Amino acid sequence: MAARVQQEDFDAVAEVAALTAGRTDIGAIVTFTGRVRGGEGGVAAMTLEHYPGMTEAELSRIEAEAHSRWPLQASLIVHRVGELKPGDNIVLVATASAHRQAAFEAAGFLMDYLKTRAPFWKKETDASGNAVWVEARESDDSAARRWS
Amino acid sequence: MSDVRKRRVKLLYFAWVREKVGSGSEEVELPPQVETVSDLIDWLRTRGPQFDDAFARPQVIRTALDKVHVKPAVRVAGAREIAFFPPVTGG
Repeated sequence: MAARVQQEDFDAVAEVAALTAGRTDIGAIVTFTGRVRGGEGGVAAMTLEHYPGMTEAELSRIEAEAHSRWPLQASLIVHRVGELKPGDNIVLVATASAHRQAAFEAAGFLMDYLKTRAPFWKKETDASGNAVWVEARESDDSAARRWS
Repeated sequence: MSDVRKRRVKLLYFAWVREKVGSGSEEVELPPQVETVSDLIDWLRTRGPQFDDAFARPQVIRTALDKVHVKPAVRVAGAREIAFFPPVTGG
């Protein structure tokens, strides 16, 4: 179990290699990478703010909840903060289990809970330079509710 | 004396709540009438137009006591750090 908040980029392949190094009991790994979407309907830039201390605590609580619900052998959450551009990585979630179903479900759970509980806030800048705080979406709340 | 110290808390503001308030953190002495999170928001709104604006829609304000999410009816007694922020948008 590990959760990190950082400004620097991450390498999903290297993170999974470190997570599974020396382990022969892991039969399935699911990774999810969230990225800044540019192009049509996308953004020109994004700033991610968070609540230092609470973010790490909340991510650890969410991760512990996933481990209590599924037989996971390992998990990892990496979330970036600061200034990001289209195509940049935002978040990495990796779950490892003996079998695929637990890994798939736990990865979905971690993302759904993270989006509704971890104290991050996105401010997006559009092509004309207007910066607005992203509004929370009801679809994210309903996605999280399906696990309760 | 110790009672007075207990009512002294650190307030934190994030995202557009921080921008509207004009500051990210401050230390305050809670007045006696403030018992719950909801009372605290009511009192903050009386502290100036920027606070009244930031907390104009209390239903969209989220609160954490000592880094744990809480509902508006929760009592603030004993908390050392109280944070106010919009619904979260990470991921």
